[in-house]
Amino acid sequence: MGTGLTGTQEQDAPITTSKDSDRSDIAAAQLDAAKGDTLVGKTVTINRPRQDLYDYWRTLEQLPAFMENVERIEPLGGNRYRWTVKAPAGRTVEWVAAITEEKPGEAIGWTSEEDADVANSGRVEFRDAPGGRGTWVTATLLYDPPGGIVGKVIAKLFQREPAIQVRRDLRRFKQLMETGEVATGAWTQAQRAEEMN
Amino acid sequence: MRALTWHGKHDVRVDSVPDPEILNPRDAIIRITSTAICGSDLHLYDGYIPSMKAGDILGHEFMGEVVETGSGSTLRKGQRVVVPFTISCGACFHCSKHQYSACDNGLPADNQDIAQAAYGQPMAGLFGYSHMTGGYAGGQAEYVRVPFSDVGPIVIPDGVEDDKVLFLSDILPTGWQAAEYAQIEPGDTVAVWGCGPVGLFAVQSAFLMGAERVIAIDHFPHRLDLARRFGAETINFEETKIYEALLEMTGGIGPDACIDAVGLEAHGFFADNVWDQIKVSTFTGTDRTHSIRQAILACRKGGRVSMPAVYGGFVDKFPLGAFMEKGLTLKTGQTHVQHYMPALLNAIMEGKIDTTFLISHRMPLEQAPEGYRMFHDKQNEVTKIVLKPGMDLPQAA
Ligand SMILES: NC(=O)c1ccc[n+]([C@@H]2O[C@H](COP(=O)([O-])OP(=O)(O)OC[C@H]3O[C@@H](n4cnc5c(N)ncnc54)[C@H](O)[C@@H]3O)[C@@H](O)[C@H]2O)c1
Ligand SMILES: [Zn+2]
Ligand SMILES: [Zn+2]
Repeated sequence: MGTGLTGTQEQDAPITTSKDSDRSDIAAAQLDAAKGDTLVGKTVTINRPRQDLYDYWRTLEQLPAFMENVERIEPLGGNRYRWTVKAPAGRTVEWVAAITEEKPGEAIGWTSEEDADVANSGRVEFRDAPGGRGTWVTATLLYDPPGGIVGKVIAKLFQREPAIQVRRDLRRFKQLMETGEVATGAWTQAQRAEEMN
Repeated sequence: MRALTWHGKHDVRVDSVPDPEILNPRDAIIRITSTAICGSDLHLYDGYIPSMKAGDILGHEFMGEVVETGSGSTLRKGQRVVVPFTISCGACFHCSKHQYSACDNGLPADNQDIAQAAYGQPMAGLFGYSHMTGGYAGGQAEYVRVPFSDVGPIVIPDGVEDDKVLFLSDILPTGWQAAEYAQIEPGDTVAVWGCGPVGLFAVQSAFLMGAERVIAIDHFPHRLDLARRFGAETINFEETKIYEALLEMTGGIGPDACIDAVGLEAHGFFADNVWDQIKVSTFTGTDRTHSIRQAILACRKGGRVSMPAVYGGFVDKFPLGAFMEKGLTLKTGQTHVQHYMPALLNAIMEGKIDTTFLISHRMPLEQAPEGYRMFHDKQNEVTKIVLKPGMDLPQAA
């Protein structure tokens, strides 16, 4: 069974798992108004109906509840949103992104505006998991790492690398949707506040 | 509050640390009344488990009284509960199949990376057992924060003393699951490697499940005595060749089911350990998979091998050929504690399972470092130490 964006006609594995060095370009060709040249993507199964998950995600202001590096998302009207995102060394970066695709219960796509510091675009897709086992949520992200390769290494050191972040954000989304909360190993409020920084 | 904290190899201390707080809706705070030191804790004590941090609070076998609840908890203040060592959400696919130790959501998202890299998928969280299993503060303390308190803890009826039910937290369900995984049939002979708490509960469980005979293997005379008390025949592996003895004791057929309750933890198989002195007198030498390999070779054709014992990474010289040719079945895993607790509580109340025989020592929490030292150095006599935070310190002589 296919999983989102596929690489070639000969197989069903998603392009995000391809060994092809052109995989970002292939993915970009399949996204609306794609921006960015680094591709990350992940799928997680969530034991909830597709529409519930879509509805939560479509209220973009709520996403910081599980996207640990996103400080806030403010609606600017007309499908435009300002993202304020934590960057390494206590800084933040901001950009405005517009919703480019909106299929209720199925998919949401977005892309950053021309002058964004961090060019990025992405898509989250909601599909019924086989066998009535909930929903497959696939997030695909294309982005230009700030400061090129060096910026990427630094970001990784601070755990703000999008590949790590997408994987962890999806796990937190699953926790929130399945259990109503985000798991923490802290035992005091102060410790948890520290973990989130 | 006071809590037993880890600071490095053979360095555990009772420190004053902040009290735990409710952080998530489904949390509860428990005031600990009894908390055991486990064989697995010795592994932390010996410094062999990675991803420990100085100040981590240990302990995964505990019970106590509910003192605070989050808005989503179903517990009430004042209830007495035993808490499973596995932290499981009750809502994911695995929990819905009662595979609680495989819960998708028990580990914080960041901590899932290590387990995913090591095992392919992340496992459930565990209390007091390194940051790879979630970095959760353990229960060798006055208080503990219990996540998912609406699905984990089991409420204990009034009048049933702690010592009877404490082991519902880990080792009793582990011994029971081990016997269940051995798929015992009437007439079966079951061999159990290791007469620690897990092995001894597996012996009792195997008889309850209809085993005709149980043969228990260890080298500590006192532990073998305890196995004999429950009706097992015993073999001392320091004095006897295990494979030869098992075949002779089963008319040349081999045991129908074999349970490995030794694993990496027991005698560590580490250079500075007692195991080193033993291995020269046994036939397989240095290999870490000693007991599981013996179990596979001794097991009868078409038989079952159950492995509650914990193994960490890769093993060497695993007899895959014997395993295949003889058509064995192997079942293993961390225990799905939540699944077994209610039925086992009933079995204890009905007097079908004896639990208190195991406790050799009771001491106040303040003496926990001494308890670790004793448990580490004297495994023959020290079968189980239960720490009681409320207990008075003994008077100086
Ligand atoms: N699956 C689970 O969820 C789970 C839960 C709890 C414990 N465990 C594991 O179960 C195992 C047993 O736990 P325990 O608390 O009873 O440990 P323990 O250390 O108290 O007991 C192990 C016993 O094995 C004996 N032994 C050592 N080498 C042996 C050999 N070659 N042959 C026969 N006996 C041998 C030791 O003398 C000791 O008495 C450990 O690996 C532990 O980590 C698993
Ligand atoms: Zn234990
Ligand atoms: Zn779960």
